[in-house]
Amino acid sequence: MNILVLLKQVPDTTEMKIDKEKGTLIREGVPTITNPDDLAGMEVALRLKDQCGAKVTAVTMGPPQAENMLRELYAMGADDAVLLTDRKFSGADTWATSNTLAAYIKQVDFDLIIAGRQAIDGDTAQVGPQTAEKLGLPQISYVDDVLEFSKEKIVVKKALENNYEVLECPLPCVITTLSTIAKPRYMRVNGISHAFEKDITIKTFDDLNIDPTIIGLKGSPTKVKKTFTKEVHSNSDILNLDGKASARKVAEILMDMNFIGK
Amino acid sequence: MNIAEYKDIYVFCEERENKIHDSSLELLGEAVRLVKDRPSLDYKVVGVVIGDHSDELAKIAGHYGADKVIFLHNENLKHYSTEIYTELFMDVIKNDKPDIILIPATVLGRDLAPRIAARSDTGLTADATKLDFDPENQESALLYVTRPAFGGNLFGTIINETKRPQMTTIRPGVMEPVHGDPERDFQFDKREVNIDHIEDKVKLIDVLQKDNMAVDITKADIILSGGRGIGDNFHVLEECAKMIGAEVGASRGAVDKGFIGKDHQVGQTGKTVRPKVYIACGISGAVQHLAGMEKSDYIIAINKDPDAAIFSVANIGLVGDALEILPLLTEEIRVYRERPY
Repeated sequence: MNILVLLKQVPDTTEMKIDKEKGTLIREGVPTITNPDDLAGMEVALRLKDQCGAKVTAVTMGPPQAENMLRELYAMGADDAVLLTDRKFSGADTWATSNTLAAYIKQVDFDLIIAGRQAIDGDTAQVGPQTAEKLGLPQISYVDDVLEFSKEKIVVKKALENNYEVLECPLPCVITTLSTIAKPRYMRVNGISHAFEKDITIKTFDDLNIDPTIIGLKGSPTKVKKTFTKEVHSNSDILNLDGKASARKVAEILMDMNFIGK
Repeated sequence: MNIAEYKDIYVFCEERENKIHDSSLELLGEAVRLVKDRPSLDYKVVGVVIGDHSDELAKIAGHYGADKVIFLHNENLKHYSTEIYTELFMDVIKNDKPDIILIPATVLGRDLAPRIAARSDTGLTADATKLDFDPENQESALLYVTRPAFGGNLFGTIINETKRPQMTTIRPGVMEPVHGDPERDFQFDKREVNIDHIEDKVKLIDVLQKDNMAVDITKADIILSGGRGIGDNFHVLEECAKMIGAEVGASRGAVDKGFIGKDHQVGQTGKTVRPKVYIACGISGAVQHLAGMEKSDYIIAINKDPDAAIFSVANIGLVGDALEILPLLTEEIRVYRERPY
């Protein structure tokens, strides 16, 4: 049984700061992390491996630095790690990214693909389903639990806005996982030493049999026309009152708006 | 691809509980606004409804602004299927050639839209919060799609110049629906569709309810929201909320720390809310939180830090400890309600 986990190294968006003068993001010094939904997907794969003895391969597309993330995944227990990296891949939108991932995946054996639902830098939730489409595979997105797993099929719980659906799908297929599905395990001590001995498989443009017009920035149908940061406006009354006076102030506002009846 | 062949704005209308869901009605409203803003295009708003629903349900799209409703009907299509909906929508793309497709960024919409976009090899922008036609060319049908990224720290405007249709999903709760009018004129195009040849390998086995009643904070008039500053004291907010008739909201920080459930989360990765009053307690005001609540009619911020960013969007700011102020507020309102006259 082969499980591929698709992951992305992302900037930790909670640590982002804005340069108010320039109206841009300050990216220097922002730590990178493994995208939370993807990391939870890795944990799911490792649990399935613990149960059924699967081989777990981490796959990412990104700059050479993404190797650091793959080393951490080795330390968690991944059996193999693949980095798709090439200048020709960079600047890709979700469609072009999916084309690249699918081109690699077509070359290898797999039974199940697990992708995080969405990445915290873009929040699009598109790469998983689009990769599934490019591979002609069925998909189940927003997976919150794996209920059953065998050589033939997977049964999962999908989280919707107001309820859950239990869905069944024969393998191979693609599922996208929520960060709540499983708490990622810590890196193992012997795993950490392993992590630096193991090879990371590097795949560049020349290794993938892919049409150069459907990848990277140039191949992307969507283009970023401009970016901007939010203007912060200051229009508020800021009051320094004691607790009692503050409480009264809020009460008065609510009463003035007729929210507080008898 | 001959881009000039593609016309009109199509809105995917999602059914939920035998109604067209609010998030789709909002998109119909936004499509009406776009079409009105650029009369030179002579574009129509087309609602697309899929399923075994009644004609009455499908016609609601017309009442809410669609000039034409395409109803893809099959009595065996009882619930959503990624593959069947994608195939049926592909037929509409091939036959009707929509220029723009808007899909709500609900769980269903975010499952369906990428699949359709990938199958038709076109671009898709996720979770937009603002739509405009090209402001530099008054004849252009090029859609400028603005969306937040990096946790709401940055906004990007995305365009798709080379492929059609131009597809985007749109955040629920952001756009305004038009007033529903059952007397409105529209064209009703019902198509009996064959689904026998489409196989979705994914099978629905069961539907489970969420353990606790899912809270729908987007419908509340007053939201009393807490951040990491509240710590493990959300019961203080709950008691106060009960007294003033509010729902309890929370920042991502508070939800991530496990102080309160995800259903309560307001912000870029939570819900977008626009209550009449939003009371932010112990919330610093990260951009990603502001993105979800800054359209509230009236914002009250309570924070110990006078420099907290939340004050910049507040109508009134109170520098102080919410855990001290809220019990006093609860008491104040209780006394008021119990007054003898």
